[in-house]
Amino acid sequence: MAITKTMASVIRQECIGTGIYSIWLEAKEIADHARAGQFVNLYCKDASRLLPRPISLCEINRDHGTIRLVYRVAGKGTEEFSHLHTDHQIEIMGPLGNGFTQQLNRAILIGGGIGIPPMLQLAKELTEQGADQVKAVLGYRDEVFLDKEFADICPVYYASEDGRHGVKGTVMDAIRSYALNGDMIYACGPTPMLKAVQAYALEHGITAQLSLEERMACGIGACLACVCSSKETDAHTHVHNKRVCKDGPVFFAEEVEWA
Amino acid sequence: MGVNTSVTIAGVNWKNPVTVASGTFGSGAEYSELIDLNELGAVTTKGVASVPWQGNPTPRIAETYGGMLNAVGLQNPGIDVFIKRDIPYLKQYDTKIIVNVCGKTVADYVDVVERLGDEAVDLLEINVSCPNVKEGGIAFGQDPDALYDITKAVKDVAKQPVIMKLSPNVTDIVEMAKAAEAAGADALSLINTITGMKIDVHKRTFALANKTGGLSGPAIKPVAVRMVYQAAKAVRIPIIGMGGIMTGEDAIEFIMAGATAVSVGTATFRDPLAAVRIVREMEAYMERYQVEDINELRGCVDRD
Ligand SMILES: Cc1cc2nc3c(=O)[nH]c(=O)nc-3n(C[C@H](O)[C@H](O)[C@H](O)COP(=O)(O)OP(=O)(O)OC[C@H]3O[C@@H](n4cnc5c(N)ncnc54)[C@H](O)[C@@H]3O)c2cc1C
Ligand SMILES: Cc1cc2nc3c(=O)[nH]c(=O)nc-3n(C[C@H](O)[C@H](O)[C@H](O)COP(=O)(O)O)c2cc1C
Ligand code: FES
Repeated sequence: MAITKTMASVIRQECIGTGIYSIWLEAKEIADHARAGQFVNLYCKDASRLLPRPISLCEINRDHGTIRLVYRVAGKGTEEFSHLHTDHQIEIMGPLGNGFTQQLNRAILIGGGIGIPPMLQLAKELTEQGADQVKAVLGYRDEVFLDKEFADICPVYYASEDGRHGVKGTVMDAIRSYALNGDMIYACGPTPMLKAVQAYALEHGITAQLSLEERMACGIGACLACVCSSKETDAHTHVHNKRVCKDGPVFFAEEVEWA
Repeated sequence: MGVNTSVTIAGVNWKNPVTVASGTFGSGAEYSELIDLNELGAVTTKGVASVPWQGNPTPRIAETYGGMLNAVGLQNPGIDVFIKRDIPYLKQYDTKIIVNVCGKTVADYVDVVERLGDEAVDLLEINVSCPNVKEGGIAFGQDPDALYDITKAVKDVAKQPVIMKLSPNVTDIVEMAKAAEAAGADALSLINTITGMKIDVHKRTFALANKTGGLSGPAIKPVAVRMVYQAAKAVRIPIIGMGGIMTGEDAIEFIMAGATAVSVGTATFRDPLAAVRIVREMEAYMERYQVEDINELRGCVDRD
């Protein structure tokens, strides 16, 4: 799992929703080694912003040596990235983190909000490898994005807070109301959603993998900024603090304890 | 022109004056995938205590303008794992090993230092300046008598030269530097982080779970340069200067203020290759100004 820091060229960037951007970058070394569920660090040009911004890989095109990121403008760093145009350069490092452990049994992919993007590459890989019955459950606040990309790959079930798309409510409401079954849940989204998925998976005896978020500095496991509480002792400190950037961001549901 | 960048700290010769700051580099294993540790003058490890420490709850870090706050709280695996795993790892490389030691009581520090006595480490750096733990740590670094006592206790048992790492969270750095020297410290390193706070005005909460954290990065550099300068004028022992070093010229600034060597911390988060790049940039500076030996620059601003 070689990590590379490189200057990536922007192939194109477009706004795909209110404050939501999709960017394709040329980064061959990263595309060559990356797996679904991993992320990259993006570095700001403005030197007053020292820390890298972690963004998940939304798509990996190994043939072209390119990667796609989809992000929401959340502050100054992502605002800076949103002004990038074709042929601009951006410093990035990756691939980082562990990625999803893929199994070919019945899969339910659950994405909430800005946790939806990493599910796209996973959906592609699982279906390409012939996984059984891949289904995606996508939860939005109001406006939908990436919905067409998912619809090309697998059956999609929607939930939205205002009820304009699919079930009114959360992804859990969608799972219940469509009575979706599966053997493996893969989930990425806000913490309350992940907690609900964890509880549901444990209750129904379904294995689940959760992709977590935490504030990061190094992104490679050295600074111990990004820990989460884990049931098992961690490899680094031998306490119960796994590093989200290195041991994660994906964890099996039974491993994760919430602080 | 070949320039000499090697320096000597307490009898230990470094091939160049650049190390990495404790806590920003782990024990080197993670970064070795990106940089060649052989190119560093020394590697300074994350603080290690007598037993494993959990550290603080998250969020442990927050970005600030030109800097960052951290309240990691010295999470570490304890000296047993460290000796078994991290020292043999670092021994594979041709670089000096500086082990940063933390504790809650004098006995904790003494315990770790004794355990390291027969290990192949070159220097000990005693962290009496961590602002992020409730007991110990910084308490020893804010009172000259307490600093004197802990320095003496550590020196009594240490088999390696001892670097005392000073806190900037004091009124008079000179008094602290002198206390450490009087107690027998072989070198000083400064500065550790400056206590700070950030409030998220949108969420109306502290940005860090610990409420306060240590400020590092370019935002603190002028404070660090000033303190290194003051300490260097007051003591005869060598100083490892740090605080916001991002470039070779920043490092040269610390040397000119009186530091013998420098340490690169937060810069590594922005550029994992920062420490090695800074060595190159220091050499380039020396070539440009035809400085043959880095030691010529030390404290040069005050020489007439
Ligand atoms: C593993 C991982 C994967 C992610 N993937 C995506 C993704 O695919 N798409 C997307 O839109 N967002 C993603 N995020 C969240 C994204 O990193 C933040 O929204 C982004 O860093 C905000 O930066 P900013 O400068 O715009 O905001 P600011 O608030 O100005 O950032 C200030 C600091 O806080 C950090 N920060 C702020 N919000 C977060 C957050 N939610 N998580 C971690 N750090 C944060 C920033 O990195 C920076 O260091 C991911 C986060 C993690 C940890
Ligand atoms: C995330 C982080 C963790 C740190 N951990 C330690 C530590 O364990 N022991 C210590 O003595 N200093 C620790 N420090 C302080 C640094 O070693 C250094 O003194 C300080 O950050 C100033 O240098 P910089 O601005 O180059 O980072 C830490 C700093 C950061 C940012
Ligand atoms: S961000 Fe440094 S250990 Fe995870």
